[in-house]
Amino acid sequence: MRPLDAIRLIGRALLSARLRTFLTVLGIAVGIAAVSLLTTVGAGLQLYVLDNFSQFGSRIVAINPGKTQTGGIGGLLSSTRPLSLADAESLRPLPFVERVVPVVQGAGAIEFGRRVRHTDIIGGNGELAAAWRFEVAQGRFLPVVSGNSQPFAVLGAKVKRELFGESPTLGQFIRVGGERYRVIGVMAPKGQMLGFDLDDIVYIPIDRALALFNRTGLMEIDVTYRPGIDAKTMADRIRDRLIQRHGVEDFTLTTQDEMLSTLDRILGLLTVAIGAIGGISLLVGAIGIVTIMVTTVQERTAEIGLLRALGATRRQILLLFLGEALLLAIAGGLCGLLLMGLMLGVLALAIPALPISPSPFYLVLALLLAAIVGLVAGVSPAWRAAGLDPVDALQQE
Amino acid sequence: MIRLEAVCRTYRLGDQPVKALDRVDLDIDAGAYVSVMGPSGSGKSTLLNVIGLLDTPDSGRYQLEGREMTCLDEEARAAERNRRIGFVFQAYHLIDRLSARENIELPLVLAGMAPSERRPLVDDIVDRLGLTERAGHLPRQLSGGQRQRVAIARAVIRKPALLLADEPTGNLDSHSGAEVIELLEELNDQGITLLVVTHDPNIGRRAGRRLRMEDGRITADRSGTETGDALR
Repeated sequence: MRPLDAIRLIGRALLSARLRTFLTVLGIAVGIAAVSLLTTVGAGLQLYVLDNFSQFGSRIVAINPGKTQTGGIGGLLSSTRPLSLADAESLRPLPFVERVVPVVQGAGAIEFGRRVRHTDIIGGNGELAAAWRFEVAQGRFLPVVSGNSQPFAVLGAKVKRELFGESPTLGQFIRVGGERYRVIGVMAPKGQMLGFDLDDIVYIPIDRALALFNRTGLMEIDVTYRPGIDAKTMADRIRDRLIQRHGVEDFTLTTQDEMLSTLDRILGLLTVAIGAIGGISLLVGAIGIVTIMVTTVQERTAEIGLLRALGATRRQILLLFLGEALLLAIAGGLCGLLLMGLMLGVLALAIPALPISPSPFYLVLALLLAAIVGLVAGVSPAWRAAGLDPVDALQQE
Repeated sequence: MIRLEAVCRTYRLGDQPVKALDRVDLDIDAGAYVSVMGPSGSGKSTLLNVIGLLDTPDSGRYQLEGREMTCLDEEARAAERNRRIGFVFQAYHLIDRLSARENIELPLVLAGMAPSERRPLVDDIVDRLGLTERAGHLPRQLSGGQRQRVAIARAVIRKPALLLADEPTGNLDSHSGAEVIELLEELNDQGITLLVVTHDPNIGRRAGRRLRMEDGRITADRSGTETGDALR
């Protein structure tokens, strides 16, 4: 039989039972839409989160005091030395190091005139903005100094708006934790990262922040490095240098690479998991195909007998019914993708921030999945049809 | 053309084995017109199904046009059915979602013939059987007689050597039935071997050779016209 003739025969069979065909196609469509929608949203979410994390750039190593491991004799040996400004400075001469940013973070009241706002306060140096890829909207960022710094402050976009509104800000004096600071810059809006508002921050020089929060050590040192060295080698060099100074490894290094790959793995797993939940509805759709094909074979038993009498081989009968299941599933797959497109459109309107882009690869994969579902669902009824005895089949009315 | 030697076929009906064919020997010449009569359950239909390669004998030999059929596998038998044998059934067995023309075309489609080759063949047979105006209609839009004509057209579209008709007039009124029989006889005149299973003595009597079956055996085998019998 010619493929085109087979398709025509199958198409006529499906079109002769429109409602039944439509409902079966709908079942598969819902399944395919659920699977592809959930995986697309999952992949979008993954992209969104990774984007959020990698906005600081990917060539960055974070050093935090303390070591997360279980020690021997508890307490006695776990004397963690704080990370000092001198530790940070000692990393600067290392090859490939681009910027070194010591960081402490706290919270406090910011006053301007009679307005008071409690915000996060970050102590850093003049390289912080460049290292974190934050942009300055007005004025300049903290100056790069050696030794004691002047009482300068840079405001996040939101702090500026809340305290000053539209009035001029640069050169004004504010109080941070009771001390007088002059505003020398305003940051460009950065948005939120995982719920943390990056615009609701005031930046002050690190030495003043340490004094303000009454801390002896830094909370973090961020080191960015130039291209040409891999993350692990860079981390090893930093570790060697700090062990030289501290005697033991009482700090923790986190490379962006490491963090991103861990996150990527977790989110990828999550995407697969929610995709599998969508798969349940696809399974239900597949059962729909099996049901309809079993009924069809029963109803068309006499027809199968006739076709056999006219010289149809078992193989041809098998292919005709398998083709019917396949066509149902592929039609369902196409409708499902259409349905998904609609829902993605709605979702894009509802949550514009989520980067959802259905890739052609996944669309083809979804169709392929539908086809496989059709084949698997159709195999048993088609096999039954092909195995019918023509004499018995012809007697069926 | 058809040669059966000691063909047996036994069914199981519940626990009872039923001998539908009991050591049947039969020779039929090419171009013959044979009727098979007998009571229900006498094995007429089984004989037809064995000759039509729809059923396989348990034992014995079957030769069609000099070729051994007993050893063929199912796919080879399907090919033989398509090429050499036409079936006409009591219940027409037309596919009701396909037009008359598409029903007639089916054996050619199954054989994998190209549409351009099929068209003249179908046009020809539709014309010969006077179905031209009805070719685009669905079976349910046709009368019983017309439906059986469509079924006959489908049976002979491949120009088979053998035409098997199982109660071809069973669902028809006498007028349409007579027309159908005349059409079958016309095809027989053109050289096709015709085997008709029937209950109707008026139809059975018309055949050049008349078989009677009882309990799986051929109990009578008469040739010549009925009047010729009376004279003898």
